[in-house]
Amino acid sequence: MIEINELHKSYEIGHNSLHVLKGINFNVAAGEMVALMGSSGSGKSTLLNILGMLDNADSGSYILDNNPIKNLDETKAAIYRNKFLGFVFQSFNLISYKTALENVMLPLYYQKVALKERQERAKKFLEQVGLGPWATHHPNELSGGQKQRVAIARALVSEPKVLLADEPTGALDSKTSYELMEVLQNINDKGITLLIVTHEEDIAKMCKRIVHLKDGVIVEDKKVKQVRASSDVE
Amino acid sequence: MFRTLFDRDTWQEIFGSIQKNKIRTLITVIGVLWGIFIYVTLSGASKGINNGFERQFEEVAINSLFVWAQSTSIPYDGFRTGRSMQLKLDNQGYLMQRVPQLQYVAPRIARGVFGGNGSSVKRAGKSGVYAIYGDFPILVKIASKDIFDGGRFINQADIDNQRKVCVIGERTQTELFEKDEDPVGNYIQIDDMYFQVIGVHKFSGGGGFENDSDIFIPFTTFKKLYNTGDNVDWFALAAYDSADVVAVEKDIKAALRVKHRVHPDDERAFGSFNLGEIFNKVKGFSNGMYILSLVVGIATILAGVIGIGNILLISVRERTKELGIRRALGATPREVRMQIIIESVFLTLIAGIVGIILGAFVLAFLGYMFNDPQFPFVNPTVPIKFILGALGLMVGLGTLIGLIPAQRAVSIKPIDALREE
Repeated sequence: MIEINELHKSYEIGHNSLHVLKGINFNVAAGEMVALMGSSGSGKSTLLNILGMLDNADSGSYILDNNPIKNLDETKAAIYRNKFLGFVFQSFNLISYKTALENVMLPLYYQKVALKERQERAKKFLEQVGLGPWATHHPNELSGGQKQRVAIARALVSEPKVLLADEPTGALDSKTSYELMEVLQNINDKGITLLIVTHEEDIAKMCKRIVHLKDGVIVEDKKVKQVRASSDVE
Repeated sequence: MFRTLFDRDTWQEIFGSIQKNKIRTLITVIGVLWGIFIYVTLSGASKGINNGFERQFEEVAINSLFVWAQSTSIPYDGFRTGRSMQLKLDNQGYLMQRVPQLQYVAPRIARGVFGGNGSSVKRAGKSGVYAIYGDFPILVKIASKDIFDGGRFINQADIDNQRKVCVIGERTQTELFEKDEDPVGNYIQIDDMYFQVIGVHKFSGGGGFENDSDIFIPFTTFKKLYNTGDNVDWFALAAYDSADVVAVEKDIKAALRVKHRVHPDDERAFGSFNLGEIFNKVKGFSNGMYILSLVVGIATILAGVIGIGNILLISVRERTKELGIRRALGATPREVRMQIIIESVFLTLIAGIVGIILGAFVLAFLGYMFNDPQFPFVNPTVPIKFILGALGLMVGLGTLIGLIPAQRAVSIKPIDALREE
C-alpha cells in the first residue's frame, strides 16, 4: 500500500536548514496498523504529513497504492487524499461554524455524494464514535474528547484505504482512548490501513507494528502482538 | 464549472461561509449596493432632467430662431449710423428665397410685449389689459399652439378676410368669462372693437415671452386695427432639421443686411435669438451630465466591487486554516477557487439587484415628487440594457476581483494552511 524510499525533508528556518527526515525507507502493506513513535522533533509528524500529501518531500520516492506521488499535481493530490486517505489531526481541525454532522459530511461533499446519503453516512459514523445525540452541536459545544471523536468520524466517513492519525488519543482520557482505539482496530479489521503517530506506549501496543524514529531516521521497526483495545476497556 | 454552479451543495457551502460572519458580509454587500444604487439613481435622474429639457422645448421647433430689427452701428451707403431698422412683410418671401435652409418664416407683430402698453380688452363689465399678437397660421409650424377642444387657431381665411377673430389665453378666459361659460363663439372688445373668440390656447411653459393671457388675432386684422402697415416686429423662423441653425442665423442676418442696405459687418442692425443653438447647448449639457452620471455610477460600482475583493482577501486570510482543512479532506484547488469566486459573484449580484430595486424606488419617488409641468424633470428611467450592462459588468468584475483571493487561497500549501492559527 505504501512504499517509501530514501525520503528526505528539510525546513528552512531563517538562514538555517533543519534536516528533519534523513532518508526514510519503509513499506506498509495493505491492512497493516502501524504506530509511528518517537520523541518531539524526531520527524514522525513530518513523515505523516508527507504520507498524507499535505507536504512534499525534498527527495526520495513515495508510492501509494501503486501510484508514484511525486509526480502528482495539487489537484490529483486532493483527489487522492479524498479517495484514499483519512486524517485525524492532533488539534481536531473541525470547521467551527459547521455542526458535528456537517463536519463529518464534508469529505463526502468533495466525493460528490448526494446530500441525503451524506447525511445518512455521516450519522452512522457519528453514532459509531458515540456522538449520535451530538450531531447538531457545533464544535464549541463539545469537549476536547468529543471533538476528536467527530474528527475520527470525519476521517472514517469517506471509507479511506489508509487512515493517518496524528496523536489521535492525545486529548482523550484513557477510557475514551481505548474506546476509540477499539473503533480504529475494528476499522483496521475491515482492511483499512492505519498509521498512527503516538507518544503513548499502550496505544502503540494496540497496533500491529511499531516504527521508532529518532532524529529523522528509523531506529526500530518491529511487528508486535496486537493488544485488543476491548480487553483493556474491560 | 456549470455543474459546480448549479450544485445545491456548492450553495450550502457558500451560505455556510457567508453566514459565518453576517455583519462583515452585510457591510461588503452595502459597498456594491451603494455603487449600483448611485449608478441607477444618477443616470435615471439625469435622464429625467434630459427628458425635462426636451419637454420644455417640445412646443417649439428645436431648430427655430427669432430675428428682429434694431438700429445700425456702421454708416453705410449714404446712411448715417444709428438708423432705426424696420422689418417688413415682404422680407418673408425674400428670406425664404435667399436662405434655402429655411422651412418656415412667420412674421409677427404685437402690442404690450416688449415694454409697450397692451390693449384694453373688455367683456360684459369685466376688463383687463392684455398683450395682443398679430399672427399668421404658419406660426403653429414653428411654435405649436395647443387649442382646447371646440376651438381653433387663426387660419388663412381669417387672414384673407381680415376677420375680427381672436384666440385667447386660459387666464383671459377665467378673467373675462364665467366659469361655466364657453368663450368660443362669444365676443370680446379689443380696443373697443368686437372680436369673436375662435379658440382658447392651452398655455405650456417652455420659456419665451408668451404667457397664459395672450390674445392672438390675424396679422392682417392687427395691421388694420393699429394701422401698422406692412411692419413686422419680428420673424419667427424654423430651419430644416438637417440645417446648421448657427449658419442659418448668419445667412438670415446677411440677407436682411443686403435687403435693408446695411453694412455687411454691422452686427447690431438686426437682433436674434437662436433657440436651436440654445437647445443644442442645453441638450449637450444634459447629455454630458448623463454620460458623467454613467461614468460616476460605474466608477462607484467599481469601488464597491474592489471593496468586495478586499473583504474577500481578508476573509480568505481568516479562513486559511479552514481552506487547509477542506483541502486535506479532498477539495481540489479548482473547487476552492470556484467557491470563492462564486461567493464573490453571488455577493456582487445580490448587492446589485437590491441596489437596482432601491434605485428604482428612489427614481419612482423623484418622478412623483417633481411631477410639475414647469419643472424640467420627466420620467426618470434607466434603459434596461444599461441595467443589464451594469449587472454584467458587476459579474465580470466580481469574478475578476474574486480571482485574487481565490488564487491566494490555493497558493498556500495545505500543511501551511493547517498550521495557521
